[in-house]
Amino acid sequence: MEVKETYNGKIREATIGLGDTAVTVGGETSLPLYMFEGTAPNKPVIALEVYDTKPEDWPEAAVAPYADVLDDPVKWALKCQDEYKADMICLNLASTNPSTGDRTGADIAPIVKAVSDAIKIPLIVYGTANADKDAEVMPKAAEACQGKRALIGPVEEENYKTVAAAALGFDHLAAPHSPIDVNIAKQLNILITQLGLAPERVIIDPTTGALGYGLEYCYSVMERLRLAAMTQNDSMTQMPMINQIGREVWKAKEVKTPEADEPAWGDAETRGVLWEALTATALIMAGSNILVMRHPKAVELTRQFVAALTG
Amino acid sequence: MALTGIDIFKQLPKTNCGDCGVPTCLAFAMKIAAGQAELAGCPHLSEDAASALSEASAPPIRAVTIGVGEDAVKVGGELVLYRHEKTFFNPCVFAAVIDDGMDAATIDGLLKQTNESRFVRVEQDLKAGLVGVKSLSGDTAKFTALIEKVKAATTQPMVLMCGDPAAIEAGLKAAGETSPLIYAATADNYEAMAALALEHKAPLAVCGTGDLDALVELVKKIMAAGVKDIVLDPGTRNPKDTLERLVYIRRAALNKKVKELGFPTIVFPNEETEDKMMEAVYAGLYVGKYGSVIMLSDLNAARALPLYVLRQNIYTDPQRPMQVKPGIYPIGNPTADSPVLITSNFSLTYFIVSGEVEGSRVPAWLCVMDTEGLSVMTSWAAGKFVPEKIVPFIKGVGIEEKVKHRKLVIPGYLATMSGELEDELEGWNVEVGPREAADIPPFLKSWAS
Ligand code: B12
Ligand code: SF4
Repeated sequence: MEVKETYNGKIREATIGLGDTAVTVGGETSLPLYMFEGTAPNKPVIALEVYDTKPEDWPEAAVAPYADVLDDPVKWALKCQDEYKADMICLNLASTNPSTGDRTGADIAPIVKAVSDAIKIPLIVYGTANADKDAEVMPKAAEACQGKRALIGPVEEENYKTVAAAALGFDHLAAPHSPIDVNIAKQLNILITQLGLAPERVIIDPTTGALGYGLEYCYSVMERLRLAAMTQNDSMTQMPMINQIGREVWKAKEVKTPEADEPAWGDAETRGVLWEALTATALIMAGSNILVMRHPKAVELTRQFVAALTG
Repeated sequence: MALTGIDIFKQLPKTNCGDCGVPTCLAFAMKIAAGQAELAGCPHLSEDAASALSEASAPPIRAVTIGVGEDAVKVGGELVLYRHEKTFFNPCVFAAVIDDGMDAATIDGLLKQTNESRFVRVEQDLKAGLVGVKSLSGDTAKFTALIEKVKAATTQPMVLMCGDPAAIEAGLKAAGETSPLIYAATADNYEAMAALALEHKAPLAVCGTGDLDALVELVKKIMAAGVKDIVLDPGTRNPKDTLERLVYIRRAALNKKVKELGFPTIVFPNEETEDKMMEAVYAGLYVGKYGSVIMLSDLNAARALPLYVLRQNIYTDPQRPMQVKPGIYPIGNPTADSPVLITSNFSLTYFIVSGEVEGSRVPAWLCVMDTEGLSVMTSWAAGKFVPEKIVPFIKGVGIEEKVKHRKLVIPGYLATMSGELEDELEGWNVEVGPREAADIPPFLKSWAS
């Protein structure tokens, strides 16, 4: 049966972190998981979420694995690294959100520094996608983890000049964030590479919709980006991709509702874990390289999936 | 694939006799091409032309119906490799496999799940679709007894699973004329299986050995025997190999017009792992990548619901967001003092929000604005759910005649526009509701008291 495709494009490799524990993503020469017609030198990796303040709205099943560390980002990050074997840590600066904590860059810089100094694995630092606020916060965050070659995001069209510039200035990588739109994704990549950031320092954040909450849009836009990268050899789509999965999944109604309230939906932990694992694996099928996740059991399923399909 | 009107016209008698109901052969050809008429409408078509046309106009992947009546399911009929190119048409189906080696309690449990595994989401009825009935024992009497039991317990169409044509024959009789999917023809038994499929008008699954060229040869023989409704099992039992075969099958059918592979597929995540969570994850792989009938070991609700929602997502038409009609939706007999909420007309948003309002048991007015089927934040970002649009909507929709108060609850994610909206929406106070719909019930309860 001769139906193999040959591709003329390739995803760039990008390395986050330095030294022994640095993580390289990308490099694949076929559509995602199509191992029968290309190679994928680096498997999709998983970053576990850590928040700068104790989250108040997590359902029981998500709290349980972290109950003892939720109010200490450093201990939390170490638990993810040592116990749950995260490939990376994604520190979310949720408390800087103007409508909740509104903490400043100066407030959170010590937290970023403490976490980045404590862990051996690479760091991702994410703002709240509030363009103005991130423009103030993210340069301070980038400075606080200087020397670690972290991934700084999200970079928006409205603030790339400050946020991507901070990533460049402090020798990090940047995650340009586009709202499920191929053209905006490309445009933003052009803009930030023109600033001087090498394309190998760019990871696309195409926006994540959870299962049942916009996943299909996200899946298709990622598939289109991957097709453009592989079949049209379009340089500005050939960066690895990152998806913020935990945050989107664990606010879904079908995930948060306890079994007692909806007996017909079955065990809440199983449901939540699978909701997250299916969101993650669907996005791997669409081309994700870095999956930012929450529940250790969902992480385990995703790892097994990757091993079974790429091993 | 689809023929043009001109291609069709070339094969017509070109006499313009009008017997087909349109004045000219060309007009008739155009109607067929547009899907508004059937070839059979022309009584003068030569047999050669008819067969050439029906072959050439056949969809590249045949749509196969399993079962009869209301619960029959249709799989296959797909036209694209990637959903954004058009859409995926006929949602894949799931089936829990019941076998005749199971004890009565297990069988009853699986039958109960098969019947009760149903969820309504965004107005769609989500369910498995099929039930697998498998002979493990090789004992025909046991197999037929199980089939009778399943038939009495559920209206879901069956997949009859056994390699022995004699057992399948007895099984088909026990199943009555219900067009179950026969699983499966192999190189060893295909003649008998094909004859049974024809006799009982049942679709036939063909099980390969992993080698697609061999599968093509086998299917060719089965097609030559006259069987039209075929479902393909590539024969692999690990997800890496299965993905490869499914991709090749879909591509061969769509891009290379390999007729023998132009059929829906059947896959077995239940045989690819012992771990039920991994089974669900592999099933998810096949929802996206070209599985049509997906066999599971059970339909436990906590695993079935996410899988059904994934299928719903993947099979949604990407060119046309599902939307509801704009207007005022009264929920739970609201009065002139009941709260007024506003939301977008994206179906997903509407059903989530109306569900929560209903669940709160606080009667309320839900004003659904025309946002062209976009969600709250998407339509806000696109300039469709902004004060300039909300003001004329609220003033014109008639809510001012229905309530005495002037308090409008807006979605929490739109808190930033509350000041501007209050300035422009004369006479109204704007209240910022919770961000997530799930928090609406406590909010409405305290609103009402
Ligand atoms: C899927 C999606 C799309 C799809 C559209 C899907 C659709 N039919 O709406 C597509 C790809 C088309 C799209 C396009 C765009 N998108 Co968009 N999209 C998303 C995504 C991933 C999910 C949206 C979704 O479906 N949510 C689910 C529904 C149910 O949520 P919802 O309507 O908000 O309802 C919830 C709550 O608001 C609440 N609620 C609803 N109503 C009410 C009412 C009351 C009274 C209360 C109390 C609560 C309440 O209940 C619901 C459940 O909790 C989000 C990001 C994300 N992860 O959320 C971005 C997002 C909404 N998009 C965004 C943008 C910017 C856009 C574009 C403008 C991009 C562009 N420049 O082209 C376009 C605009 C479209 C256009 N040009 O016409 C931004 C908005 C940023 C902002 N805050 O302003 C977001 C947040 C992504 C981001 N961070 O950049 N998008
Ligand atoms: S009936 Fe047939 S021959 Fe007559 S006009 Fe129609 S297409 Fe032409």
